[in-house]
Amino acid sequence: MNTATSAHSRGRLADFLYRNSGILTLALLLPPLLWIGIVYLGSLFALLLQSFYSLDEFSGLIVHEFTFSTYRRLFTPTNLTIILRTVVMAAAVTIVSAIVAFPIAYYAARYARGGWKALFYLAVMMPLWSSYLVKVYAWKLILAKEGIITWIADKLHLGWVLDGLLALPVIGGSSLSFSYIGTFLVFVYIWLPYMILPTQAALERVAKNFIEASADLGATPRQTFSTVIFPLALPGIIAGSIFTFSLTLGDYIIPQIVGNSRPFIGTTVYALQGTAGDIPLAAAFTVVPVIIMGIYLIVARRMGAFNAL
Amino acid sequence: MHSETPASLPLKMAAIGGLLFLHLPLALIFLYAFTTEEKSFQFPPPGLTLRWFSVVWFERPDIWGPLWLSVKVATLATLIALVLGTLAAAALSRAKFFGKDSISLLFILPIALPGIITGISLRSAFDIMSVPFSTWTIVLGHATFCIVVVYNNALARFRRLSGSMIEASMDLGANGPQTFRHVILPQIGSALLAGSMLAFALSFDEVIVTTFTAGQQTTLPIWMLNELIRPRQRPVTNVVALIVIAVTFLPILAAYYLTREGEHTGGTGK
Amino acid sequence: MPAAVSFQRVSRHFGHVRAVDDVSLEIAEGEFFAMLGPSGSGKTTCLRLIAGFEQPSSGHIEIFGQTAEGLPPYRRNVNTVFQDYALFPHMTVGENVAYGLMIKGVGRAERDAKALDSLSMVKLKGFEQRRPSQLSGGQRQRVALARALVNQPKVLLLDEPLGALDLKLREQMQEELKALQKQLGITFVFVTHDQGEALSMANRVAIFNDGKIVQEGTPNDVYERPRSRFVADFVGSSNLLPPEFAMAHGGTKAWTSLRPEKIKVVAPGEPVHGNHHTVSGHIISIQYQGAVTRISTDVEGTRIAAVVPTLNDIFKEGDPVQLAWETHNLVAMDAA
Repeated sequence: MNTATSAHSRGRLADFLYRNSGILTLALLLPPLLWIGIVYLGSLFALLLQSFYSLDEFSGLIVHEFTFSTYRRLFTPTNLTIILRTVVMAAAVTIVSAIVAFPIAYYAARYARGGWKALFYLAVMMPLWSSYLVKVYAWKLILAKEGIITWIADKLHLGWVLDGLLALPVIGGSSLSFSYIGTFLVFVYIWLPYMILPTQAALERVAKNFIEASADLGATPRQTFSTVIFPLALPGIIAGSIFTFSLTLGDYIIPQIVGNSRPFIGTTVYALQGTAGDIPLAAAFTVVPVIIMGIYLIVARRMGAFNAL
Repeated sequence: MHSETPASLPLKMAAIGGLLFLHLPLALIFLYAFTTEEKSFQFPPPGLTLRWFSVVWFERPDIWGPLWLSVKVATLATLIALVLGTLAAAALSRAKFFGKDSISLLFILPIALPGIITGISLRSAFDIMSVPFSTWTIVLGHATFCIVVVYNNALARFRRLSGSMIEASMDLGANGPQTFRHVILPQIGSALLAGSMLAFALSFDEVIVTTFTAGQQTTLPIWMLNELIRPRQRPVTNVVALIVIAVTFLPILAAYYLTREGEHTGGTGK
Repeated sequence: MPAAVSFQRVSRHFGHVRAVDDVSLEIAEGEFFAMLGPSGSGKTTCLRLIAGFEQPSSGHIEIFGQTAEGLPPYRRNVNTVFQDYALFPHMTVGENVAYGLMIKGVGRAERDAKALDSLSMVKLKGFEQRRPSQLSGGQRQRVALARALVNQPKVLLLDEPLGALDLKLREQMQEELKALQKQLGITFVFVTHDQGEALSMANRVAIFNDGKIVQEGTPNDVYERPRSRFVADFVGSSNLLPPEFAMAHGGTKAWTSLRPEKIKVVAPGEPVHGNHHTVSGHIISIQYQGAVTRISTDVEGTRIAAVVPTLNDIFKEGDPVQLAWETHNLVAMDAA
């Protein structure tokens, strides 16, 4: 009797939801939306709020009063240098990633087939998903003074090239793992798959017809590439650049492990909230990448990159 | 887009060079797990030994706690992400409504914005609400960025599920829940499994957000980070790195085959 | 006895679009009923209203005397054959056919037996273990049919059932569907944009345009006596004669339909037997179509096409000719 009633009322509920499909959609959407809204956006808001508090310099305690003083502390020459350094690094990493990624994506989309195609895809997916730390660690091994690069350079009697490179102002250093070159290489390596996949996806969508039509209309392969293939691949490249740029902008681990220990936004935020305990300034600092990425996303959206995500 | 003519040599070399760049460093991890040199990263290794594997197993109990914690966190985060990501995909694939794109962007945001932002945001939220650090504070963060992984996989499959299939089921007498169980779930199942596996892999080796949400707890990636900054026995780190590669490699491989399989069976509706 | 399906002033609006606009119709039990119209004319929405995938914005629908609005599809004793067949790819053919019975809670042995019967009815015995992906388009269509019929629906709905098949197969399936309907006595309602299909299969046809039924009747009725220019033009092809022209040549002062095959074409001066009205004109073009030839002519500035059995090449383009028709073939229509 009881089970019959409950089965019946369950059926009623199913009928109700069928008739009111809007309510069903809402019911489905609500849990994930609440989660993201409360856990993620709520936290972001909490962070933003903190940036309008200030730190009492004598007691080291946070003053819970609304003020812009923390933002005034943000725009010091030192901090602006940090922001500039990070943005330049992110831009350089993005551009080089795009250059390295394109031939791989192009080959995979245009020439690889069957088993090779699967292999290419996996060859990109594996490093994408494999452990971030493991990959960083691998570069620590490679770039170490006693490591493989030095060894290869010595074997090829090219030690002087390496030394020359390290002697360069700004980007050089005592060894590769203590220079901007090292940091840069690791960034490119770690984020490269994020660039390859959307680029390849965009290239896959270039119909063979387009290429044949272009050739039929008299374009040389080079012209076809620059007037048909590349413009169609561009949204994919921009989609990839969202990741490479954003991830470089906020990373705080790679510069700690490989590099000349000059601060980036990430490492600064990490130090501020940790050892310094200056949460308001840390919060104000994180607003910088949020704003930069906000602008970046708006531009990317205009250029149609969201369809390529 | 597919070409009948073979690729030019420079293109081939650039493509292969790029792939080698992606993979050789991982091979090096493997090599260094067997080196006899424990203080530096000398290349080539002066000698090879299996000693470090037994060291990990017998002499370093400090690895097991973090490993267990990571497995626990990844499992819980995956389960939460599985439910929420599937619901989101189901809702957004069903209907066209105003603001759909913005909601979609909202789910992508946790991986599109730098992880440090998620991390420090969560930490300050925990501070404000005086939430003590626990397994759940880690899970909370992980689930947030894992949702999008499940969501993406599920959404792709939902879109391939033709609308008339669901109508056909209802036409044959099945109500919503029955249709979900007999028609929708079997067809999105492999995509959900694939999404879960990727989510697990993502959570298992996440470190950037975790540093902020773990407090004094140590997950396996945090253990590795400590070893990287203050190494004790370097080859032991390599052995653990190999374990991490293995634990993430298998689910990724499985996920790949699951979604590929799906493409064969999923497109037969017509 | 109530009608199988009855629409009383039914409308279905999507935003500002009136997909179905104040439609009333009755389908009798055991009828083979066709809804014919161009795409976007509302015929498919009508079918979906019967199936329960759509609910009316206003009006009343009854299925065998039972109010249908508000009832979800799974509470209606009506089954559908979908345009894309909508076979479940993760189930075998047998499981597909037995799906409705499984949902109803019929035991495995019984539903397997019934599925087998249904499959043999559509000549697919022995295919139970196959997957839908291993079948041809025609076979999938039969599975979809068997899957719907096994539930013994009171009304079977078919949405462009033959649209995806090639010509030969389509003609064969037309015959089979008609035979099946006769044998089972179930009310069939099918939607098509192919007037030939509608005329050859249905007992009764409703012609849709802009969300409304513009004419309803037996195939012969709608073909021979189109009530509007739209119907005359959509069902078969027709010469639409302006009112003045019609009145001058044996008709009344109204837009008039004259089917091309009702016109005789003879050389000038040649006698025409019987009670025919004759006019003179000249040939603009000749299209050879196999068994018949279509001759387009100009008569006093009006274009008139005739379809005649293909004989030897008696006429050339530009030739003067005489056209002849019996005046009862002139069908006066509404202004629309």
